[in-house]
Amino acid sequence: MDAILFLIFAAIAVVCAVSMVMQKHPIGSALSLVGVMAALAALYLLLGGEFIAAAQLVVYSGAIMVLFVFVIMLLNAGGEKKPVLKPMGKYLGLPLLLIFMGLMGFVVDRMTPASAGVTFGGFQGGGPRDIGQSLFTVYLLPFEVTSVLILIAILGAIVLARKEID
Amino acid sequence: MNYFLLSLLKTAVVVGIFMHVLAYLQWIERKVIAHVQLRVGPRRVGPHGLLQPLADVIKLITKEDMLPSHVNTFFYFLAPFVAVLFALISISVIPFGPEVEIFGVRTAMSLADPGIGVLFILGISGMGVYGVALAGWASNNKYSLMGGLRSSAQMISYELPMALAIAAPLLILNTLSLREIANGQAGFWGVLPKWMIFLSPVSFILFIISAFAETNRIPFDLPEAENELVAGFHTEYSSMKFASFFMAEYANMVTVSAVATLLFLGAWHPIFPAKYGSSFIPTIIFWGSALICFSHAMRPARPFDKYTLPVFGVLFLGLGGLFLVPVLQQVLLPLFWFCGKVLAILFVFIWVRATLPRFRYDQLMKFAWLFMFPVALLNLFVTALLVALNS
Repeated sequence: MDAILFLIFAAIAVVCAVSMVMQKHPIGSALSLVGVMAALAALYLLLGGEFIAAAQLVVYSGAIMVLFVFVIMLLNAGGEKKPVLKPMGKYLGLPLLLIFMGLMGFVVDRMTPASAGVTFGGFQGGGPRDIGQSLFTVYLLPFEVTSVLILIAILGAIVLARKEID
Repeated sequence: MNYFLLSLLKTAVVVGIFMHVLAYLQWIERKVIAHVQLRVGPRRVGPHGLLQPLADVIKLITKEDMLPSHVNTFFYFLAPFVAVLFALISISVIPFGPEVEIFGVRTAMSLADPGIGVLFILGISGMGVYGVALAGWASNNKYSLMGGLRSSAQMISYELPMALAIAAPLLILNTLSLREIANGQAGFWGVLPKWMIFLSPVSFILFIISAFAETNRIPFDLPEAENELVAGFHTEYSSMKFASFFMAEYANMVTVSAVATLLFLGAWHPIFPAKYGSSFIPTIIFWGSALICFSHAMRPARPFDKYTLPVFGVLFLGLGGLFLVPVLQQVLLPLFWFCGKVLAILFVFIWVRATLPRFRYDQLMKFAWLFMFPVALLNLFVTALLVALNS
């Protein structure tokens, strides 16, 4: 059952990812990306990472992509023009891409152990409670530094977007 | 019994009941609004208009399905599908009652119980905005687009106070699972039930206000403000596609009411202890309704009341009797309290729609960011402080 579900959601993720690149219209691309995020959330759920799945759904598909779609709609961006492919890109592109992906797959397969749980430093995974606890004890400094970094980014965006007052 | 078969059976029952509730919610809404406005509401189709939802569904299915020439066809068809999908999915994690044992089969009265039920519902409700936004954009019509954009902005804005309001009771109960949240509210202080609404009333009010905005209901129904935007995001939709947006709206209303019941109103726990006879409340209510039906049948206001009201009376008598059967009690009592509380909140939704006018758009946004958000933050801060001091 797990394997079937994994294959279904993995296929959805891959199809949506390809569609995101191939779509002519920005809205189509953005929605394909939403599809990728949602399929990834389902995959996390299958792996037992309930909290990560929920965070993926809430943060990426629910908040960030809604803003993307919102901005695309607001600006009413039209379909983009595809550049005409050069013959070399036309005939060599796909085989080269396949070779590259095959190599990457090979390297990743070699470098990772067969089946070990994913670990992150001292953190061994767990529910929302464990994640919260390690965020506010072991990883307090990185957590706070990240939030300050995001605050700086927000301020920077406001400064850049603001019109000159004087 | 086979776990898979049991889940399938439960899903079929829940989906069947849910769909009928959605159809009849519309009848209830029309009736309640009619009575608030001193009208009688639908009463031509069937006794007291009870078959009106059926007639509406037949009408909507058989209507001509128009496809405007200027729309973006794929997204135009996708939008109602997305809206309904994300509106209906949330019901799968909502528990309706405790674990029960019927004829040797032990099962929980819910479809699924993930440890992150609350986050799941938040995530799914965040996805719901795509249906509306997409419908507005794909219709290729300025009114629709304005409706879709308003809806996206409104839902993003009100999700923040909603999530912050939910966080306060979660801090007190120290869990994310909806079933544990419900169990955490069992018991009484004397006669006062241990519900979250008494521990953090501010969160409850904030949650209900955001719920109105999230479900696009009056006074926050700016996405479909008919005096500015024709019908907003669903202007270009007809037939069943139009109906699916309404279905999504009602499904969202039911979900939000169920979440409010679970988080703040003690889920399926009775309003006062069983030792004072709370188990007999459903029987008393149903038999009282039966009595009213019979007494009105004696002095019929309309000719057909002579025949319809006794039928309803007998129906209520039977329903009241069911609550006295010991085997059924363990299922029916929690279900009664849960559905009763959900219906009470739904009634507030309808009541507000019949009473309040609509906000202006800038007022709506100002209210979200300058009032709701700071109050929710402050509420969360105070709650966290009290929880930390008590532990």
